[in-house]
Amino acid sequence: MEFGFTTAAYVVAAVLFILSLGGLSGQESAKRAVWYGIVGMALAVVATLIGPGAGLWWLSVLLIAGGGAIGYVVATRVQMTEMPQLVAAMHSLVGLAAVFVGYNAHIELGNVLAMGHDEREALDGFAALLAHKTPVEQTILRVEVFLGVFIGAVTFTGSVIAYGKLAGKVSSAATKLPGGHMLNAGAAALSFICLIWYMNSGGFFPLFIMTLAALFIGYHLIMGIGGADMPVVVSMLNSYSGWAAAAIGFSLGNDLLIVVGALVGSSGAILSYIMCKAMNRSFISVILGGFGGTTGPAMEVEGEMIAIEADGVAAALNDADSVIIIPGYGMAVAQAQSAVSDLTKKLRAQGKNVRFAIHPVAGRLPGHMNVLLAEAKVPYDIVMEMDEINDDFPETDVAIVIGSNDIVNPAAQEDPNSPIAGMPVLECWKAKQVFVSKRGQGTGYSGIENPLFYKENTRMFYGDAKASLDKLLPMID
Amino acid sequence: MKIGTPKEIFDGEARVAMTPDSAKQLQKLGYDCAIESGAGAAAGFSDDAYADAGVEIIKTPAALWKSVDIVAKVRQPTDTELKRMTGGKTLISFFNPAGNEEGMELAKSKGANVIAMEMVPRISRAQKMDALSSMANIAGYRAVIEAGNNFGRFFTGQITAAGKVPPAKVLVVGAGVAGLAAIGTSTSLGAITLAFDVRPEVAEQVESMGAEFVYLDFEEDQQDGAATGGYAAVSSPEFREAQLAKFRELAPEVDIVITTALIPNREAPELWTEDMVAAMKPGSVIVDLAAEKGGNCKLTVPDEKIVTDNGVTIIGYTDFPSRMASQASTLYATNIRHMMTDLTPEKDGQINHDMEDDVIRGATVTFNHEITFPPPPPKIKAIAAQPKEKPKELTPEEKRALETAAFKAQTKQQVTLLAVGGALLLAVGLVAPASFMQHFIVFVLAVFVGFQVIWNVSHSLHTPLMAVTNAISSIIILGALMQIGSGSWLVVLLAALSVFMAGINIFGGFLVTRRMLAMFQKS
Repeated sequence: MEFGFTTAAYVVAAVLFILSLGGLSGQESAKRAVWYGIVGMALAVVATLIGPGAGLWWLSVLLIAGGGAIGYVVATRVQMTEMPQLVAAMHSLVGLAAVFVGYNAHIELGNVLAMGHDEREALDGFAALLAHKTPVEQTILRVEVFLGVFIGAVTFTGSVIAYGKLAGKVSSAATKLPGGHMLNAGAAALSFICLIWYMNSGGFFPLFIMTLAALFIGYHLIMGIGGADMPVVVSMLNSYSGWAAAAIGFSLGNDLLIVVGALVGSSGAILSYIMCKAMNRSFISVILGGFGGTTGPAMEVEGEMIAIEADGVAAALNDADSVIIIPGYGMAVAQAQSAVSDLTKKLRAQGKNVRFAIHPVAGRLPGHMNVLLAEAKVPYDIVMEMDEINDDFPETDVAIVIGSNDIVNPAAQEDPNSPIAGMPVLECWKAKQVFVSKRGQGTGYSGIENPLFYKENTRMFYGDAKASLDKLLPMID
Repeated sequence: MKIGTPKEIFDGEARVAMTPDSAKQLQKLGYDCAIESGAGAAAGFSDDAYADAGVEIIKTPAALWKSVDIVAKVRQPTDTELKRMTGGKTLISFFNPAGNEEGMELAKSKGANVIAMEMVPRISRAQKMDALSSMANIAGYRAVIEAGNNFGRFFTGQITAAGKVPPAKVLVVGAGVAGLAAIGTSTSLGAITLAFDVRPEVAEQVESMGAEFVYLDFEEDQQDGAATGGYAAVSSPEFREAQLAKFRELAPEVDIVITTALIPNREAPELWTEDMVAAMKPGSVIVDLAAEKGGNCKLTVPDEKIVTDNGVTIIGYTDFPSRMASQASTLYATNIRHMMTDLTPEKDGQINHDMEDDVIRGATVTFNHEITFPPPPPKIKAIAAQPKEKPKELTPEEKRALETAAFKAQTKQQVTLLAVGGALLLAVGLVAPASFMQHFIVFVLAVFVGFQVIWNVSHSLHTPLMAVTNAISSIIILGALMQIGSGSWLVVLLAALSVFMAGINIFGGFLVTRRMLAMFQKS
């Protein structure tokens, strides 16, 4: 097939990908948008397979089918609460693929350069592309390959660690090797030296050393970031995988790769930015891991936590006219979303105004709570964002906090010394009554004492969120 | 230990500090209970009822004071009573420590530990033993009932076959516990209720009880009710003038005035002057709940009901709680019982007089031959803090100025970014070959499109966005597909692995996104 046809197919695919991302602006158009993405991807793959330069297409189809089968099984079996892990794990695949493709480009380049003039003319496909490059272009190619491999390697180990943390296989606390950021800086410097070395020698060895350094950076960087910052990390890795693809696209001279890589890269970057803004943290401080040092002693928390049993909560709910539910990661852990949904249905059936308040960083993935609630068939038009609902708390009779902690911490507003000072939070304590469903008296992911639990209008409803709600449900009449 | 309650000897006092119900609760704490014969009769609790509750009936006060370790009573004890408080006994009672120097000296010399119920700090933890509040609640209710008793008309407005009856207009001055109780009672009887308080932050509470808050046209720094333990502080002369002017304006309209204004440890402020009384309609009623402290109206005679020349009834009773002895005793006994619960953390019938505890320390006026009054300020501040001042409304000009400034700043920022970005692009273009620049332009445009598109993605769809971008990022498969046809076995192997992994990603990513999106539904 002609090269022109492939290019045309790429343009169509690129447009489809843009539409597919743009369609996510609303729930209804999003359903259509996924199809755009699928068609775009199919078009791109088919065009490449039948286009110039592709060989061994039967092997390719076989491999795609095999991979697809695995992907299908994983995607249909995964629990919605395990979504963050899954996304992180899939990022690691893209990262690793980028590393391999980068290596291939390097090897091809070496092979091509070793050939004589006549042999080069006889080449086809990717090798032919390489063969016609000028020395300057070869240098640029090396930089591109180098960058692609570097970003790919960071994405790979970073995603693996993020997966481990989200799946609970690695401790979610922020841990660093002795030396901290100096180690990262050292590894980055080593990579830079390797870049210069690689440019001069063109050998495989510096590329390999750099890969090791990059793998280390990915590992160490994400190990140093606490569980609460995972939404930022996942979207950041998402961004990285895009930039890796774009860099590889440059080295292969493939515009579609560049376009899609840039799209994914910028979308991930914006998501990270939105997440950081929601936590009132600078992107740098999240990436560098852990919370910044506090400037003074944290405010003393006064009062006592008062426990309440299911019948008390039920009585309050039966009397209430307006209820706001604030879900957090604890709801996901306890798999309580369907119990929450049942509660919502029962309360709404009585004509009560039940709404959900979702903090931008609730859960371990941007929009995590929305997905869980949607899974439990909570209608999305009663699920509100923080800005939409924060002013309504004073007129609310009952606020129920289910498994969230830091996002409802009044210390962010009241205590300038708190590590989360200035972070926008859901002002649930302004409701007439607050019930907090919580497993025990522990602190949240950021390890900060929460004065909400000690407020006069707060009652602690201890126990596993699902068990507590199941106990509560029959008492709502 | 044994806890006992004597008969109140104050003239007209009908309350009793222990009820059969509270005695049962006290026994659960491990105490033996005793009561003087006939102590509860005036409040409607017979000796038999006490006996049934397991309370020992003691015939004479002398025997009772002698046999018990803890005495719970209502009124401030007399000297005779205090003299019976020999070494180590505990007395729980109203004590008026600020005006009862001799009483404290006497208790100190006898070695009695005295807990004064009016000294219980006003913090949320101590509300359950705040006898002042429970008594004030009764006084507020009773004040309206007494007013109605002396008022010749209905409270609620009615249109009947026999003519139209206008509703009564009630003004409550001072919206403390008693004031709020009066407001509640008055509105529930159907009267139009107005209420005033020097603390503007209680306006919300007043309105929540169904009354209308009387605002003054007066600018002054708001007093922080929390600083004075929720009580009103003395106001400035200017403020007082503005307040009196408002009352003068209201006096001819209102039918019933209930004044409850008290300032801690001071004579009650005069709020309802003689000329206001003179301006009121005949048949109007004034109930002065501050009568004991001199009255908010100077015409008030404590413990008496008088009628002025122009036919206004002024009620100055000081024993409102005692007039509802059964209810008052029940509440007071419960307050005492809660105090005992705090004094008996082990529930073993032994008092643990913990002077580190804010509430117990605050209420104790003599302890171990020492006078411990006044107490240090409690560690926890009372009541909600002052609401913050609302941000000032901007005038349209200011708003426009702000908008223009924001627009200018935005323009400046964008232009700077564009200039820097353009310069960088040009710099790259100077050195890089044309083939690179072609791709580079595509790259920059794609980044730009990405930025523009993603801002519009709704927050709730961020997870599907991640999943779909993840799926799309497996476009890296193209690179692998282009390389898989290479001659080198190593390249083929690596490319094959890449294709395989990207294949997982494509299918997994899109499927998961579809699954997620299918779940979103409208109600």
